[in-house]
Amino acid sequence: MTYFPEEVVEHIFSFLPSHSDRNTVSLVCKVWFPKLRVLTVKGKPHFADFNLVPPDWGGYAAPWIEAAARGCVGLEELRMKRMVVSDEGLELLARSFPRFKALVLISCEGFSTEGLADIASHCKFLRELDLQENDVEDRGPRWLSCFPDSCTSLVSLNFACIKGEVDSASLERLVAKSPNLRSLRLNRAVSVDTLSKILMHTPNLEDLGTGNLTDEFQTESYLRLTNALEKCKMLKSLSGFWDASPVCVPFIYPLCHQLTGLNLSYTPTLDYSDLTRMISRCVKLQRLWVLDCISDKGLQVVASSCKDLQELRVFPSDFYVAGYSAVTEEGLVAISSGCPKLSSLLYFCHQMTNDALITIAKNCPNFIRFRLCILEPRKPDAMTNQPLDEGFGAIVRECKGLRRLSISGLLTDKVFMYIGKYAKHLEMLSIAFAGDSDDGMMHVLNGCKNLRKLEIRDSPFGDGALLGNVAKYETMRSLWMSSCNVTLKGCEILASKMPMLNVEIMNELDGSSEMEENPGDFSKVEKLYVYRTTAGARGDAPNFVKIL
Amino acid sequence: MSPPLELDYIGLSPPAATAAATGSADDLKGTELRLGLPGSESPDRRVPVAAAATTTLDLLPAKGAKRGFSDEVQPPSPSAAAGKGKKVADEEEEDEKKVAATPQPAAKAQVVGWPPIRSYRKNTMATNQLKSTKEDAEAKPDQGFLYVKVSMDGAPYLRKIDLKTYKNYKDLSTALEKMFSGFSTGKDGLSENRKDGEYVLTYEDKDGDWMLVGDVPWQMFAESCRRLRIMKGSDAIGLGKPVTWS
Repeated sequence: MTYFPEEVVEHIFSFLPSHSDRNTVSLVCKVWFPKLRVLTVKGKPHFADFNLVPPDWGGYAAPWIEAAARGCVGLEELRMKRMVVSDEGLELLARSFPRFKALVLISCEGFSTEGLADIASHCKFLRELDLQENDVEDRGPRWLSCFPDSCTSLVSLNFACIKGEVDSASLERLVAKSPNLRSLRLNRAVSVDTLSKILMHTPNLEDLGTGNLTDEFQTESYLRLTNALEKCKMLKSLSGFWDASPVCVPFIYPLCHQLTGLNLSYTPTLDYSDLTRMISRCVKLQRLWVLDCISDKGLQVVASSCKDLQELRVFPSDFYVAGYSAVTEEGLVAISSGCPKLSSLLYFCHQMTNDALITIAKNCPNFIRFRLCILEPRKPDAMTNQPLDEGFGAIVRECKGLRRLSISGLLTDKVFMYIGKYAKHLEMLSIAFAGDSDDGMMHVLNGCKNLRKLEIRDSPFGDGALLGNVAKYETMRSLWMSSCNVTLKGCEILASKMPMLNVEIMNELDGSSEMEENPGDFSKVEKLYVYRTTAGARGDAPNFVKIL
Repeated sequence: MSPPLELDYIGLSPPAATAAATGSADDLKGTELRLGLPGSESPDRRVPVAAAATTTLDLLPAKGAKRGFSDEVQPPSPSAAAGKGKKVADEEEEDEKKVAATPQPAAKAQVVGWPPIRSYRKNTMATNQLKSTKEDAEAKPDQGFLYVKVSMDGAPYLRKIDLKTYKNYKDLSTALEKMFSGFSTGKDGLSENRKDGEYVLTYEDKDGDWMLVGDVPWQMFAESCRRLRIMKGSDAIGLGKPVTWS
């Protein structure tokens, strides 16, 4: 076999303009592994976020950390999402990589604050410790005191998801000796007074997640906070607002004009008028996350104030299926007409209409991400009682750059015909309670050339669709189907036709014994997860997962 | 005995949920009608049986999950409550159910993993509600009791008292004296002679600060008190001049 010398290979790579292409080629050769500096690993399927994947399914970080510890000690950054990370894993990580700089954990679980203590203690050059929405067991505040005095390199520290108490003195000391701090996200336990003290040391801060802003504090405390915030001239992004009382709102005003990002989505204590008082002053806002208590009226205020808005997320405050939401299609139409730059949307509402969607599509042709969740499954157009096929059809037709789409409401196979026909750049599609027949799924598989991830739940797609274009799955990262009509037989056929795929099935009711006792091949498969593999079936699958 | 009260973490709709939780057939029928769109399967066919008699299924952990959220939310044990307090609480619960049940739509159904909200968000929003009730005190707004822990320096265990059973500081101090009389309390126990007596009564307020008992009017104290600590007088130097309790 002939080899190209490395210099030649590198020269070839220099012609690859995009990061993603370079990443792809870097996966090809084991020889390049020892030089690995940055590793990003994602574990569980996306629907694990919504409790659709049973615990112990997999996604363990340990084998990755162990392999890296053996093979690429130059590792500097590790980013993991939806993985199970243990304290032992974190300790190994902390001790194995002398140049380690950045740890980013998103939606992970399985570790405690003791694991963080090891990271703090041993990673001398740590620049980034970013913990986003993880489930972390609280074993006390000791970890924050573990950063040695010599560690002055922190640029980004996010511990908002840590549930327990934090030692204020340690926190202040740490911030005081970190002159490069650009991003700091505190947890709920941090008081207003501590926050004020910390902000005196962070003139270069660009992103702040506050601690709690409850109303038990004296006005003096809030005045100190305002003074401290005013010193942060670079501050552009604000989040936290834990337990925020309306009293705190005016104290944030001096900052509003410079904010480009605002996350109020964990603050049910602020109502429509509090929110609009704040947001109407945020004229440079590009990214806004709020709860639906902002209401349609509030969204109209956003639309008239925030002309640069690019990303909007409106989360429900009531999580029931038939729950009440104060936002409807009207709020979204208002946003679309006031904020033409809108490109990324996540919107939970209790009703929608085709007309609204058609208007929105015309107003905002720049959507890259469009995720609409109508709280009640299969809910039709609120005015005409028709399916919402035409509305979503307009979205995919007008938004030629659409890469991610989540659909909801009453939908027939027709919407999939539109998606297959128009959504040529679509990479990720999420479907729930939609469609009539296999044709729906076939439109998507055949039409969406760039599809990478397809996740479907509670939709009437069966073996015909599953097997209708099996080669497609080798061009995709993964397929998820739960509560659909695929059968064991269909999955077995898929597995036998496509040896380069792992076809995992999960039947939740008591694991594998259930499967063998019901020998009927036509028994429906509860959950199906299909993904490419170069290594064959994984060895860490639990009992309830069968890999065909 | 009614099933454990699901603390509705958003506070928007507990009564309908709990009404359904008691297994009222009418409410469930209401659910079916409401969601039974023509040609569609009822989405709650996926409702896991294991989660049993509650409708707040998304709060309860999936089988085997560690996060025993529902374990955290224990209603105050009825048998321990002061008799009067408990009765009021029960009546008020019933009233809440009745009042709120009328304007609410039929009991809200649950579908596993729907709406698609991350568990982290659900759990965090739930703790929002829990946090705003006092951590060391067990109480719900409008309920007839407010339990706070009472510790005494040197005593081997803590006690709990219901602040709502006292009308003023004198009642409180008398009760505490009785409660902790088994332990050495110095010459005058918890009387006003703090300079001479061995112990001083302090409390932790909503901010987490330790304050001397007696400075503010009783009602204000009762509303902000999260726990009580009977401190050794020698530790309490500098807390200020003792004042007479009104």
